[in-house]
Amino acid sequence: MTKDAKGPEVTLRYFAWLREKTGTSEERMVLPPEVTTVSDLLRWQATRGHPFDIAFTKTETIRVALDHAHAKSGAPLAGVREIAFFPPVTGG
Amino acid sequence: MAVRVDTSDFDVSEEMARLTAQDTGIGGIAIFVGKVRDHASGQDLASMTLEHYPGMTEAELERIETEARKRFKLSASLIVHRVGTLKPGDNIVLVIACAPHRQDAIAASEFLMDYLKTRAPFWKKEALTNGEAHWVDARESDAGAAAAWHHKQTER
Repeated sequence: MTKDAKGPEVTLRYFAWLREKTGTSEERMVLPPEVTTVSDLLRWQATRGHPFDIAFTKTETIRVALDHAHAKSGAPLAGVREIAFFPPVTGG
Repeated sequence: MAVRVDTSDFDVSEEMARLTAQDTGIGGIAIFVGKVRDHASGQDLASMTLEHYPGMTEAELERIETEARKRFKLSASLIVHRVGTLKPGDNIVLVIACAPHRQDAIAASEFLMDYLKTRAPFWKKEALTNGEAHWVDARESDAGAAAAWHHKQTER
């Protein structure tokens, strides 16, 4: 696979109803260069077409983790290898 | 200090004995056990399935334990959380906090649960006896309980 001037491949993971709505538990891809923060990424997900558009309509109910740690919407994605999307947690 | 994610059940007295065996400086132990209720928002529950994020779950539980150690004088602690499909009456979660003194043990167990409920990546899906199934919504009160600890810390 040629990478040219593109960024590195990242792993995207989906849990709970996000996994069900996207029909995806895990995928590997190179993100577009303009996607540099968590909020960019949430907006970009909604533009990927069906079923991601439906899964990512209400982004305020979606939490994001970068490399196994909770991340805020302004967090940068540079150097991150694994990004996870999930609803607010309900354990315990 | 230990955390564990498990599909199988836990034995409270066995876990407590193992945790306290080496340390006679322990003066108090607080234990919390969370169980599957037989009802969910007025409906009868058939089963509950717990999903988690392997890798992050352990990392997050360890961060929560580390934070508890900073806030309270703890001798030992344990968090066990089950995943998979559970029935009403089954155990879900076990928290044990051991300390030289009672107050630290009780407060730490409460802190560990409050943080676990709002930060550890677990998700519950309830299956009702009428055939319906839904993901459980996060509760505002849980977020409030965890936020109260955060304020306590910043006030110091």
